[in-house]
Amino acid sequence: MHAISFQHVGKTYSSARGAVHALDDVSFDIEPGEFFGLLGPNGAGKTTLISILAGLARATRGQVKVHGHDVVGDFAAARRQLGIVPQELVFDPFFSVREALQIQSGYFGVRADKRANDAWIDELLAHLGLADKADANMRQLSGGMKRRVLVAQALVHRPPVIVLDEPTAGVDVELRQTLWQFVARLNKEGHTVLLTTHYLEEAEALCGRLAMLKQGRVVALDRTSALLAGTASTMLRFKMDAPLPASLAAQSRVTGRIVQVTAHDASEVEAILGTLRQAGCTPEDLEIGRADLEDVFLEIMQGAPA
Amino acid sequence: MTLPAELPRVRREPAPIGAALSGTRTLLYKEVLRFWKVSFQTVAAPVLTAILYLLIFGHVLEDHVKVYGAVSYTSFLIPGLVMMSVLQNAFANSSSSLIQSKITGNLVFLLVTPLSHWAWFVAYVGASVVRGVVVGAGVFVVTVWFAPFGVAQPLWVLVFAVMGAAMMGALGLIAGLWAEKFDQIAAFQNFIIMPMTFLSGVFYSVGSLPPFWKALSHLNPFFYMIDGFRHGFFGVSDVSPWAGLLVVGASLLIACGLCLHLLKIGYKIRH
Repeated sequence: MHAISFQHVGKTYSSARGAVHALDDVSFDIEPGEFFGLLGPNGAGKTTLISILAGLARATRGQVKVHGHDVVGDFAAARRQLGIVPQELVFDPFFSVREALQIQSGYFGVRADKRANDAWIDELLAHLGLADKADANMRQLSGGMKRRVLVAQALVHRPPVIVLDEPTAGVDVELRQTLWQFVARLNKEGHTVLLTTHYLEEAEALCGRLAMLKQGRVVALDRTSALLAGTASTMLRFKMDAPLPASLAAQSRVTGRIVQVTAHDASEVEAILGTLRQAGCTPEDLEIGRADLEDVFLEIMQGAPA
Repeated sequence: MTLPAELPRVRREPAPIGAALSGTRTLLYKEVLRFWKVSFQTVAAPVLTAILYLLIFGHVLEDHVKVYGAVSYTSFLIPGLVMMSVLQNAFANSSSSLIQSKITGNLVFLLVTPLSHWAWFVAYVGASVVRGVVVGAGVFVVTVWFAPFGVAQPLWVLVFAVMGAAMMGALGLIAGLWAEKFDQIAAFQNFIIMPMTFLSGVFYSVGSLPPFWKALSHLNPFFYMIDGFRHGFFGVSDVSPWAGLLVVGASLLIACGLCLHLLKIGYKIRH
């Protein structure tokens, strides 16, 4: 049985400018124990898909199941399997950290064994570095601490499937590292993880399999290693102050002085260097390396039909 | 941050019915705790407002108005103020809680839970009844010393207080679901709830009104709540408490039915 199954999922919003297709026939499965990444530019439909999974939104077409439980017809069983870390940094200002966690676990009916639940809450607080903030009001916490509480709230009912919707957006480097260590450990212990992120190096390091969305459609679905191997495998990087020749500018990624151009083989590398020479450009710190997920992502996004 | 020695691999599955009841109880507890944590604003302030009404209206009208024959105006006013406080605070509880959660975004914590629309309904309306009754009891305790008082039929007092608070809790939920901004809730409160409570006979006996206004008052379900509640204290009222029970019961059923329907379809909360 799949941990998560999306089958022909579609979502259409009606707006003043007519119908907007946020998702169009999205189908893929995530197996138990997988660390799965969902990538795509802003507005690609990632959060809409997560929202349908979590019950925050309803699909116009198709079916979503969590461990065999339909998220609409059998929503209670499906939601018990899910721990959702929302994208927005939200909190309830009326309660302390401990109260928020006790209340959240109570909603899932796991407070019947109060002692075991309190012990698990203490463990979560300790492991997420929140032990000394347990009795602090949520309003008094920094942004990073609030993010940790969101993770604890998602895990408080011990769900087998964890969904993280851009959990490291705006988070400092230390928290990002420790958060990933924690989630990777949960995954190793058997939890299924579905992650959406804008940090492609995170997805490359953590996710065994990836789906890429563009304008509501799946444009790539494969193992991370296969995606990296199957597309442009060479990346030419150099620094340059002068403007790029027009023929190169279209296929390059420019960040300040740093220019990156994909090349499929040695002859393409030679051609790029020839173009630069003809234009009288002198690249500095030239290096040829393996393409990373960001390059793959850009190539797929540029190549996929809109 | 350190990593746990052992992470849970298999989650213990709670029994569905037990889990649902426990979840509903938790939401009820959270809603009661929410208003209790700011009780200065949610309980003490409305009690003070009611005392001010009593002092001002009682002082001005005590020697000029007699109701139901021998009942003094201050005695007449007290149950009206108690019930008005019950109704207004029951509405404020569910409506403000829901709109705050919607606007701050923390409603997501509730939306991702397995709680059904029935659980939401029972917990939000239950907490509204608790707040309405707590504020009403507070108003009664501090105002009862201003006039001679007795409770002729306590069961009517209890029935109308609970039914009235439940109806206002359900209306508050409907308003909270519908509203997208705080000022929409304020408009609902100021342009619908406030006039209907003030024009329901809190400060006067509807029997003393001219025929047109008297007939109009009989179309206001709030009138039957106040009148039936007052009947519990004095044993007399403008209409029979049984007629009041029928009207309030029907209004309650309609409000609950609409509220449950909106919760079930996720009106303005599940997109």
